[in-house]
Amino acid sequence: MAQVTLTHVKKVYAGGVEAVKGVSFDIPDGGFCVLVGPSGCGKSTLLRMVAGLETISAGEVSIGERVVNAIGPADRDIAMVFQNYALYPHMSVYDNMAYGLRNRGTPKDEIDRRVKEAARILAIEGLLERRPKQLSGGQRQRVAMGRAIVRKPQVFLFDEPLSNLDAKLRVQMRVEIKKLQRALGVTAIYVTHDQVEAMTLSDKLVVMNGGQVEQIGLPADVYKKPASKFVATFIGSPPMNILPGTIDGPGIVALGDAILEARDLRQDLPAQTAVEVGLRPEDVEIASEGEAGSLPFDVEFIEELGATQLFHGQLAGLPFVMQAATDVVAAQAGRIWITIDPDRVHVFDSKTGARLGRV
Amino acid sequence: MVEDRRLGDAIAYVILSIGVLIVAFPVWLTFVASSWDNPTIINGQLPLYPGPYLFDNYYRILFVGTSGSTREPVASMMLNSFVMALAIALGKIVISVLSAYAVVYYRFPFRMTAFWIIFVTLMLPVEVRIFPTFKVVSDLNMLDTYQGLAVPLIASATGTLLFRQFFMTIPDELLEASRIDGAGPFRFFKDTVIPLSITTIAALFVIQFIYGWNQYLWPLLITTKDSMQTIVIGIRKMIVTSDALTEWPLAMATAMLAMLPPVFVVIVMQRLFVKGLVETEK
Repeated sequence: MAQVTLTHVKKVYAGGVEAVKGVSFDIPDGGFCVLVGPSGCGKSTLLRMVAGLETISAGEVSIGERVVNAIGPADRDIAMVFQNYALYPHMSVYDNMAYGLRNRGTPKDEIDRRVKEAARILAIEGLLERRPKQLSGGQRQRVAMGRAIVRKPQVFLFDEPLSNLDAKLRVQMRVEIKKLQRALGVTAIYVTHDQVEAMTLSDKLVVMNGGQVEQIGLPADVYKKPASKFVATFIGSPPMNILPGTIDGPGIVALGDAILEARDLRQDLPAQTAVEVGLRPEDVEIASEGEAGSLPFDVEFIEELGATQLFHGQLAGLPFVMQAATDVVAAQAGRIWITIDPDRVHVFDSKTGARLGRV
Repeated sequence: MVEDRRLGDAIAYVILSIGVLIVAFPVWLTFVASSWDNPTIINGQLPLYPGPYLFDNYYRILFVGTSGSTREPVASMMLNSFVMALAIALGKIVISVLSAYAVVYYRFPFRMTAFWIIFVTLMLPVEVRIFPTFKVVSDLNMLDTYQGLAVPLIASATGTLLFRQFFMTIPDELLEASRIDGAGPFRFFKDTVIPLSITTIAALFVIQFIYGWNQYLWPLLITTKDSMQTIVIGIRKMIVTSDALTEWPLAMATAMLAMLPPVFVVIVMQRLFVKGLVETEK
């Protein structure tokens, strides 16, 4: 168990493509850090640099007190779970888990003890003699986890480990991974493009885009106060509505004819500054007509999701989605009135996309 | 529809049977010829059923030798052919597995150049480079030796290509998992690459064994002693074109014997062989 520290880590590929552009953060001992971002944002490259599978072009990675830049993957005291599991197809489950320990010269009875224990924890004791080919996706996933556990590493690295599973199994394994990591108390770095996984698993969320970190924080903070338009639209489902607007006064934005209060907005912006206003579909409340601060929303169609429903339509002439409880009855088409908590109005710079919040 | 399918099946079987007949008839004729005595064949009265001299002919050809054309019995020729074919097959496999591993998994200067040089040798079969090769082999005093028979035929671009293609289908994650598991390049080769390549190795072995067994031109050039003759050369020598009589039953018996080892190799390796050629799963 160890703290992982990244200091100005860069990856430049031969040919000059900069995949990771100077990333710094640290993960406390026993922490669960999730790197999330769209494909090609550098999150996997960053993970592979921590693993030692990619060289580090500049900067420093340390695990525990040790700078590991020049240390091979086998000696970094890490274990990795791959997206396609990367189980050795010609070895039994037992041998798959024991292979790393054998290469390390671990005594036989110790290997046996550890493999059996890992198998017990993961409930795959009955599968030890099978080949990976004979296992289901979920079982392979467990074996891959088992291979990581038996190493008793300082850090677990997960590279989109659930993306090959079906939706139901994914939810189940997600919970199990979190439980296991808690129980073992091992520091974990987890790469995913799935924002639900990112939100649920992490206690430190790192949102990446274009090789850079967009925001680091607790998942709830990232959700409540996204540092940029990118983070705002990436985290949360359905995604946040982004509407063009202008500053109408201190703490007030205008969306077309409608006026909206934004408590977190910087006070020093001149009026008529073009901004982008972010409103989460789930932060919208239905109001009665003429209520103070209410906005007209023309519903065009409704999507039933079971637990909730989504109203699609136009807010002040701009496309807009809101989420409502199922007991809200609205005409398939027609005007309703909505209000938004002024604390939950996000305003972003229309050019840089940065949050224009109070400092 | 059921009727249609039956009819289709019947037609397929008829065509298959005709094919089998066309292929099998000469073999049957060879077998029949090897079981009669020479006068029957020379007179042009060869029946289509086996004759009484089967065991005599085979005994004579295997352990005694023919009277005129070849003085060595076929058993020793078969041994020569077998050693040569085995050495070529195994040699090719070892060399091409190693070179393909280097080309696929190592980054070194002129890697692709090395690969292309190997690739280009496909255009230079034994026949094209036969004089320089003969010169080299004779300068190395390898005429009339097993080394001389096998070594020049071992270099193989086909094998390297086959293994290269196969290695490229092994997922990179497997290499990475091995690295994290503390396996160096040699361990990865021994523990992962070779076990995964078994079927490809088997396929290559079958193809190259038959290739080695059927060699004609090269053994003809570099063997002068009867004791180093291969069976293919032996058959050729038995069919006398000058005024002497060809001992047809013995030549046919030799041909039958020459067919056996390749057939045996194919039968034994068949399952692996087919798997190796069609396998796509990893």
